[in-house]
Amino acid sequence: MSVIQIQNLTKYYGKTLALDGVDLEVEQGEVFGFIGPNGAGKTTTLRILLGLLRKNAGKVSVLGGDPWRDAVALHRRLAYVPGDVSLWPSLSGGEVIDLLGRLRGGVDQSRRDELVERFKFDPTKPCRTYSTGNRQKVALIAALVSDVELFILDEPTLGLDPLMEAVFRDCVAEVKRAGKTVLLSSHILAEVEALCDRISIINAGTIVESGTLAELRHLTRISVSVETAHPVTGLSEMPGVHNTRVDGTRAHFSVDAGAINRVMEHLTRFDVLVLTSAPPTLEDLFLRHYELQRGESAR
Amino acid sequence: MSEFSGTGALIRLILRRDRLLLPIWIALPPLFVVVVVAAFVSLYPTAASQQMLAAQIVNSPGLVALLGPVSAPTIGGLTAWRSSIFATVIVAGANVLTVIRHTRADEETGRYELLGSGVVGRRAPLSASLVVTLGADLVIAALVTGALVAFGLPVAGSVALGLSFAAIGWTFAALAGVAAQLAESAGVATGIAGAIFVLFYLLRAVGDANEQSGQSWLSWMSPIGWMRLVQPFAGERWGVFALFLGAIIALIVVAYTISSRRDVGAGILRPRLGPARATPWLRSPLALAWRLHRRTLLVWAAMFAVYGVMIGYLAKTSADLLATNPQLANLFAHFGGASAYTDSLFTLSLTFLGWIAAAYAITATLRLQSEEVEGRVDHVLAASVSRLRWATSDLAIAAIGSVVVLTAFGLLAGLTYGLSTGNVGYELPRMLVATLAYLPAIWVVAGIAMALYGLVPRLSFVSWGALGAFILVELIGETLQVSQSILNLSPFNQVPKVLVSGVSLMPLVSLTLLAFVLIIAGLVGFQRRSIG
Ligand SMILES: Nc1ncnc2c1ncn2[C@@H]1O[C@H](COP(=O)(O)OP(=O)(O)OP(=O)(O)O)[C@@H](O)[C@H]1O
Ligand SMILES: [Mg+2]
Repeated sequence: MSVIQIQNLTKYYGKTLALDGVDLEVEQGEVFGFIGPNGAGKTTTLRILLGLLRKNAGKVSVLGGDPWRDAVALHRRLAYVPGDVSLWPSLSGGEVIDLLGRLRGGVDQSRRDELVERFKFDPTKPCRTYSTGNRQKVALIAALVSDVELFILDEPTLGLDPLMEAVFRDCVAEVKRAGKTVLLSSHILAEVEALCDRISIINAGTIVESGTLAELRHLTRISVSVETAHPVTGLSEMPGVHNTRVDGTRAHFSVDAGAINRVMEHLTRFDVLVLTSAPPTLEDLFLRHYELQRGESAR
Repeated sequence: MSEFSGTGALIRLILRRDRLLLPIWIALPPLFVVVVVAAFVSLYPTAASQQMLAAQIVNSPGLVALLGPVSAPTIGGLTAWRSSIFATVIVAGANVLTVIRHTRADEETGRYELLGSGVVGRRAPLSASLVVTLGADLVIAALVTGALVAFGLPVAGSVALGLSFAAIGWTFAALAGVAAQLAESAGVATGIAGAIFVLFYLLRAVGDANEQSGQSWLSWMSPIGWMRLVQPFAGERWGVFALFLGAIIALIVVAYTISSRRDVGAGILRPRLGPARATPWLRSPLALAWRLHRRTLLVWAAMFAVYGVMIGYLAKTSADLLATNPQLANLFAHFGGASAYTDSLFTLSLTFLGWIAAAYAITATLRLQSEEVEGRVDHVLAASVSRLRWATSDLAIAAIGSVVVLTAFGLLAGLTYGLSTGNVGYELPRMLVATLAYLPAIWVVAGIAMALYGLVPRLSFVSWGALGAFILVELIGETLQVSQSILNLSPFNQVPKVLVSGVSLMPLVSLTLLAFVLIIAGLVGFQRRSIG
């Protein structure tokens, strides 16, 4: 069953086209990643899903309802963390958590206390004194305390330190185990990889790729730097190896996910001393996507 | 890096951000002065009539307390008397808001971090806003002086009056600079500056009213008092400007000293810790609106109450004076129309009060907009609260708030005056009704703000322009003979002067209906548009 369905969604801000025919489908019980560079249209899409923005064209359904028309009823069944968390300066963090939870239909005190504890959050300070990460915690706790079917999170780890990011991942895993659906946006591929079942990649208002991570594997290239006892040869001729640069006993290259095994075997013949690899960044992914597209259109 | 570096760039930024507001508040005082001079010239053309008017004013403690005494019985003296307090309110208010908006408010919202991490010194924001306000104040001084000279008034007096506007404006700019260093929030900083304004106004009022009994030293304690003590058109005392200058320098030194010693974002007045849990009643948009507005409302209500006590007390003093002087009483019957003198004093102060209460209603209504612009409304609307429920909650607080502040005034003015005449049962209800009669007009102004916010949020600030226009219409109408159709443009003009001419229900009903239509138009627009 689809929890979110978007077809051909189009949104203009005045004359600028922010969304140009977006299609997206999120199934019940999955953690769905929505990634794209700055200004791609992630926040715009999510705010349309919440009925905060009016769409110009296309079909949108959330939990079986129309997000614009049925906003109030739907919002009882979902929780939202905005991309840019701004809070009431004079209220304390604890007050905001309780208020937002109650507005959505009630707060489970023990769950609230547990989350405050896990996120190591001090709820007594006025919101104006919170750091970015702490403001983010307020919004996250306020969302996670509610017993809802769907979580819409816009860059939820913004400003969190690695420790808190881990706590957040645990929370998402728990929510998923409880059969709930999560849609989260990000521009960090690694984060989405760690959390999501399926992802969609958006750029300049259009979805460029969608699928499970395995399905998108053809896009992911790992960049490798290696130092060997003997100078490496024959690397650039291997299939799946790109951008090779050999400098004496050092070599840099990127390799398609499918070719890693063969390349490793080849490298061991030169006696590997040091090897570092970096996961593909979003930029690599885009480069690769457009490379593939050009290749196809050339054929 | 110098503490002042980047000031020039910040000045340009302020000029760019305030390019609409600055010209408006710069234009208001000169415009008002022109209207006042023109009115006095046409209504009191002869020296004899000017002297008679001046004598009437000086012998009326109520008027003296409200606006100060007349220094010279000439067109110049009368103009200085009539325009000083009004100009003070506008110029001081604008200076305070401008300085706080570009110092503490920017720091509070984190906009400053962007600048502070660039090549902007810690003293640059304050310096830039002081330079801009000084420039604006000097332009006002020049325009006022030019206008007065153009009407053929003596140059020295014209310069002194114009400069006194600039001096009071910049004094409050420097004061706001200090307040912005003390408090962590722009709201509290504005509150501090506002409270000091009220204090200075009261010192001046009591000092001026009791000048004969040797209490004019109280006026010397207040920069607002200094404006009159400059004595434009009455043998100018230029030395008083040295007082202004001394105060300004002292304030700026204090502000700079604090600014170099504190952290960005922090103040001197530390906010206390808040509750770890929300109180049980904080569970609806209405409760949230109340929680956010209550402190501001309390401050406004207290201000109105103090004003009520003051007016009630003055009315009593004036009435005593009139009782012992039948000749004067006769003059005043003429001055204030057919009704009793105290009633026209009350009516005059209610006119002021209506404007101020309308300003409160606009700020309260436009909180909707700041909630949206700051992105806080997203939390609420994403949490099972309809747009209608959210907007009406804030509107309800604005509407009830205006009832509360007006009641505070009416109650205390009626009580103070009633107690002094020993006739509370009669005075209190009358005063209360007369005050509350302003509600529908105030709601119309709030309705204009709501309609603009709902339909064209970008133009919400035009509601301030509308209020300014209404005030101008009233002022012009009061002093010049203008056609009724222009006067009727202002909702305040339709408010029945209850004390003078009794209650008439028709205008109250039609104003309330108009307010409803405006608010509903705003709500409909708001429900159909995108947020943010
Ligand atoms: N209120 C607005 N008015 C005009 N244009 C806007 C507005 N909000 C967003 N845009 C534009 O729409 C496009 C999409 O913006 P959006 O905020 O959805 O991007 P995003 O993917 O969330 O980016 P980020 O990763 O930076 O948060 C951008 O080009 C942005 O400039
Ligand atoms: Mg975004």
